[in-house]
Amino acid sequence: MEILKAENVSFSYDQKNYAVKNVSLSVNEGEYLAVIGHNGSGKSTLARLFNALLTPTAGSITVDGYSTADKDKTALFEIRKRVGVVFQNPDNQLVASIVEDDVAFGPENIGIKREEIDERIDYALKAVGMEGFRKSSPTRLSGGQKQRIAIAGVLALKPRILVLDESTAMLDPQGRKEILSVVKKLNREDNVAVIAITHYMEEVLAADRVAVINDGEIAMQGTPAEIFSRIKEIKAMGLELPLAAYIAEKLREKGFDIPASVMTEEELAEALCESLRKI
Amino acid sequence: MRIVAENLSYVYSEKSKTLAVQALKGVSLTVESGEFFGIVGKTGSGKSTFVQHLNGLIRVGKDKGSLKVGEFDLTDKKCDYMALRAKVGMVFQYPEYQLFAETVSDDVGFGLKNFMPELSEKEREERIKTAVELVGLDYEKIKEKSPFELSGGQKRRVAIAGVIVTRPEILVLDEPAAGLDPQGRREFIELLHKLHQGFVKTIIIVSHDMNLISENCGRAAVFSGGKIVAVGTPAEIFSEEYDGVREGLDLPVTEYVTRALKRAGITLSSDLTVKGFIAAAENAAAKSAEKREGTAAGRARGGTGEEE
Amino acid sequence: MKDVTFGQYYPADSFVHRMDARIKILLSIAFIVAVFLVKSYRFTGFAACLLFVLIATAAAKVPFTRVLSSIKAIIIFVIISAILQILFNRSGTPLWEGGFITDEGLLSAGFIVARILLVVIGASLLTLTTSPVELADGIESLLKPLKVIKFPVHEFALIMSIALRFIPTLLDETDRIVKAQKARGADFESGNVFKRAKALVPVLIPLLISSFRRADELADAMDARCYAGSKNRTKYKKMRLTWRDLIGTLFIAALITGIVFINIYLTV
Repeated sequence: MEILKAENVSFSYDQKNYAVKNVSLSVNEGEYLAVIGHNGSGKSTLARLFNALLTPTAGSITVDGYSTADKDKTALFEIRKRVGVVFQNPDNQLVASIVEDDVAFGPENIGIKREEIDERIDYALKAVGMEGFRKSSPTRLSGGQKQRIAIAGVLALKPRILVLDESTAMLDPQGRKEILSVVKKLNREDNVAVIAITHYMEEVLAADRVAVINDGEIAMQGTPAEIFSRIKEIKAMGLELPLAAYIAEKLREKGFDIPASVMTEEELAEALCESLRKI
Repeated sequence: MRIVAENLSYVYSEKSKTLAVQALKGVSLTVESGEFFGIVGKTGSGKSTFVQHLNGLIRVGKDKGSLKVGEFDLTDKKCDYMALRAKVGMVFQYPEYQLFAETVSDDVGFGLKNFMPELSEKEREERIKTAVELVGLDYEKIKEKSPFELSGGQKRRVAIAGVIVTRPEILVLDEPAAGLDPQGRREFIELLHKLHQGFVKTIIIVSHDMNLISENCGRAAVFSGGKIVAVGTPAEIFSEEYDGVREGLDLPVTEYVTRALKRAGITLSSDLTVKGFIAAAENAAAKSAEKREGTAAGRARGGTGEEE
Repeated sequence: MKDVTFGQYYPADSFVHRMDARIKILLSIAFIVAVFLVKSYRFTGFAACLLFVLIATAAAKVPFTRVLSSIKAIIIFVIISAILQILFNRSGTPLWEGGFITDEGLLSAGFIVARILLVVIGASLLTLTTSPVELADGIESLLKPLKVIKFPVHEFALIMSIALRFIPTLLDETDRIVKAQKARGADFESGNVFKRAKALVPVLIPLLISSFRRADELADAMDARCYAGSKNRTKYKKMRLTWRDLIGTLFIAALITGIVFINIYLTV
């Protein structure tokens, strides 16, 4: 079932240059969508359009039947409850100096009763594996842990879609892995739809579907394997293949028999082994 | 300039009982002039503390080992830190956040004003121009612009120009590609190699990206728990020998695949760069083709023998 | 830079931590009043205040060194005040023939130092045992009557708690920028006051710009989590008075009574 639908959406900050041009995109319940594109391609603008931080200059976005252009406060709340956005810098999205107070911020804003806030904090912290840090101060946590708290803060509003706006860009590999596994679990077990905006091609592989944004437009859509098989176009848009797929491509050029579906290092190892044995 | 650290230790908040953290525990390392050197390790492994010693941002404590950078002895109280810092450029993570001046040319020239106030206006501009052009920007177009008007990638380049403007012999970069998109990253690494080919002698990169290290560095050191647990070429430090001490760092993709093949009985030996890896794979293919031809030929010969 | 502990919350589960933030704020004000009630040179009054601080610290399970380290931030101010008193207090008898330092100068210097230190320690006990959120909530609750005159109480409290939340982040950031500019030859340590102030420009501008950027992102993050002011908002943490608050109040009352008694009946 469709939960978010963007129809012919355009957006301009200055009425002259368009950051997003005529984008049509829909996200189904429980789907995992990755959005890639070079810096300044309009990806982050898109994230802000999805939860009504920005409203389209032209076209429309509806979330579960509510239009983001609706000026009514209730509609706005209904949209933001459903579409949770986690931003890039964990330091800049935590409002409180104690973990549980931060997670409580969203539910407090929509007027949830105290007992239920308690339950929601429990749920959200458990979902990101941070239940042991309820009374801690975020400043003492690692980047990955802080970002998990930020995700918990969004989860406490029980969103149906989780938008990650380059949420792993400032983390070390350890932190990136933590976030990726938390997000995968949420998607699989709690059926939360995910829109992951990222530069890390490795993270794209977790998605069901990939949308490539180039100069504000959707240039391609498809499964990760479909997208990464269009190597020339990918490169022309300032992107690149996951490293294993890149090496596979180079090997193919040298005459190795490696299928184009190879994306990960595991797949590469297997395919190369196979190919060397056949000789 | 050669870097020689011997038994270097450092403790944060040493006087406090509760807050004291020993960040370095007897680190010894030599980096030769001209190297493209990598430093890897988990967050909190001591690598940042170590590199901040190299230009005296963190001073070598009493009885905390010794450190020499070229002719500078950093254990000596009379060490001229200003002269040292002009020779050891340091680019921090997200260097674009340190831009402050009204124009690009003022910002890039900041270091010159501090380190070489004796330069004439003409000389200064000459050097600023060289630095800005080296990082791939159009000096005439950009010099009077405010650094804050530029795009993210341009800002980072201006920040780097502001460091290399003093013509340092050693350039240290902490996670230089963070936040860049794939193309930006690629161009940035190319820029580092360009600088390494003449403008600066030694490049030291601190990074969490093992693929970046294996692809670009001649040698690298692995930090863990305030110590160096492995030093050598990428092929050496990522070898099985150091699996126990690398503290959960990823392997470069090339090493991962090399190991998987080894388990299947196929040996590839490469320097772990993509180019080297592919050459090794071609080698292995050629060898096994040869072998098969050999056995095929042998079988053929054996066959004729029977006929005789 | 990270040694600055003034205003930092020390998490623990103690008698004082569990007290109501509103009461703690009022009692801290009462304590400061008590310190100022002490008449000139009745050092026994200060001894009573010190005793109170020691008991409170023990009840708060905060290491006394943590309490003392709050003094570090203002030590220069304390020293200057003391020196000014010693140099310029002309009453009393000179310590030596023709000397300009008088016994009373020394006494009043000691008096002022004790007063400042006690006030700072009292205030830091509050911030050490009360999380910024509780503090902000407490202030909000105490200021509620001001809503009548349209004072934005909720916004004011939120601004305070966010400011407190960002202090450690901005300190880290300052540290990073200082290092980056030092690496480019900036010199913060030599020269006169004006030169040093000028040297701070390359630190303050990036800090200011990044603060704006952070504020922007924070505003987005708050909007994204349905923030829309105090209307229809619930509070997760409830403030409730307990027997602890009563005991705390009695203690302060005893202290003030003691000081008044000392003021009237004792001479030192």
